[in-house]
Amino acid sequence: MTLNTFKSVLFSALFLATSFAGYATEDSDNTDNKEFNPKEMILHHVKDAHGFHLWDWNGRSVSLPLPIILWTDNGLSTFMSSAFHHDDSGKTIVEKNGGKFVKFHEKIYQLEAGASSVSFDEEHHPTNAHKPLNFSITRNVFMMWVSVIVLLLIFFAAAKRYKKSDDNVPTGIAGFVEPLVIFVRDEIGKPMIGEHKYKRYMPYLLTIFFFIWINNIFGLIPILNGANLSGNIAFTCTLAVFTFIITTFSGNKNYWKHIFWMPGVPVPMKIFLMPIEIIGMFVKPISLMIRLFANITAGHVIILALMSLIFVFKSVAIAPVSVAFSLFITVIEIIVTAIQAYIFTILSALYFGMATEEEHH
Amino acid sequence: MDLITPEFGLVFWTAITFLCLLFILKKFAWKPILGAVEEREDGIKNALASAEKARKEMENLNADNERILKEARAEREAMLKDAREIREQTIAKAETEAQEKASKIIEKAQAAIESEKKIAMAELKSHVAGLSVEIAEKVVREELSNKDKQLKLVESMLGEAKLN
Repeated sequence: MTLNTFKSVLFSALFLATSFAGYATEDSDNTDNKEFNPKEMILHHVKDAHGFHLWDWNGRSVSLPLPIILWTDNGLSTFMSSAFHHDDSGKTIVEKNGGKFVKFHEKIYQLEAGASSVSFDEEHHPTNAHKPLNFSITRNVFMMWVSVIVLLLIFFAAAKRYKKSDDNVPTGIAGFVEPLVIFVRDEIGKPMIGEHKYKRYMPYLLTIFFFIWINNIFGLIPILNGANLSGNIAFTCTLAVFTFIITTFSGNKNYWKHIFWMPGVPVPMKIFLMPIEIIGMFVKPISLMIRLFANITAGHVIILALMSLIFVFKSVAIAPVSVAFSLFITVIEIIVTAIQAYIFTILSALYFGMATEEEHH
Repeated sequence: MDLITPEFGLVFWTAITFLCLLFILKKFAWKPILGAVEEREDGIKNALASAEKARKEMENLNADNERILKEARAEREAMLKDAREIREQTIAKAETEAQEKASKIIEKAQAAIESEKKIAMAELKSHVAGLSVEIAEKVVREELSNKDKQLKLVESMLGEAKLN
């Protein structure tokens, strides 16, 4: 029942959004005679954007406008991304709350007082504009919320199944979810952290596992059009910081002793190891951040690059090759979605395990 | 360079969204799911343990039964043995008693016979004595009818008496 309600809500939301998007459509700036640039296209798809481009129709691009929220010197300024009329070159100026804003390469700039148009230096950096604090609901934020809704629906439904049954037998969606939850508990939590302490960390481990996994999967769905959330360094950075904070705060005496005064080695070695261990403390979450970001982004880049071959060679004959290869890579990427979620979770668990390990001699 | 520079906005939203997701899921999903799973696992563990216990108890019971059966058998054996002994004893006792009784009866009978015999002998003697006296009377009467004969008789009588 909840699922049906959700479906109808989602579909009506999408319907409304697309019909709303109709107002947002404008003549596309991109002209066909422009030389195809695979690098630009790929980076455009891999990076975040204001607005959800859906498709082009009769030379007009249909897209879902998303709210832009800026914190400027005059306070909060909010408007829809459709106000820029798909301009990404800084030509369209939006005036709001006493500030003049332009969008250039998917970044919002605020013109300095008095300026009427943005000017660029030789390296295409705006010279008379600065970036205000940008809290916009970009397409990555939007997809993140969609993924949160999906996760909540799945797990609420699963939890409800247990509440209903007296004998705790998993039925329906709980039967699908339970093996995954038990996998995280028995293959990640218990062996990495240990029988006695894993329970405290289970909510975090389960949440990052499913959060990363579902966003990896969403990134692969072509119609969602480059919702490359888990391939965005801001996203992986935030999760890595959470892991770092939890590791640091759950570190016991033994953990800190191993960092600052390694037991069991001669004193010169202790002094030599200390800076290495301190660097290691920070390298661990950084490696988490880079691994997830690079793996997911690389997958997207490969698929897009293979597709670009068609346009680079300007031949339809290359299409079967491109499609075959990108299908192959997509299948691998489906495996990678789960593997990367698993690796991020198991390494986080490993770090928690190291932080809480008791001295044993 | 854009690609590897974290955007502040996305960091901000990710942090907020993730924390909300973590707390909501922790409360409404992980707790009930893990709780149910653990409850079930404990249930299974307990059920297995009690089954094992029951099996052991059953084994003990069987051993007990066997032991009791053995004891009962031994007891029966002993009882039978006792009974046999008692029977034998009884028979032996009865036999000796019977023998004693029989010999007593025989003794009594013999004594009775002896006394009867004695009485009969005495009777016979007295009878014989009477007869002898009668005969003697008759003889003496005849003999005494002549003197010679009287003397002869006395003489033979005396002679006989001597022989006695």
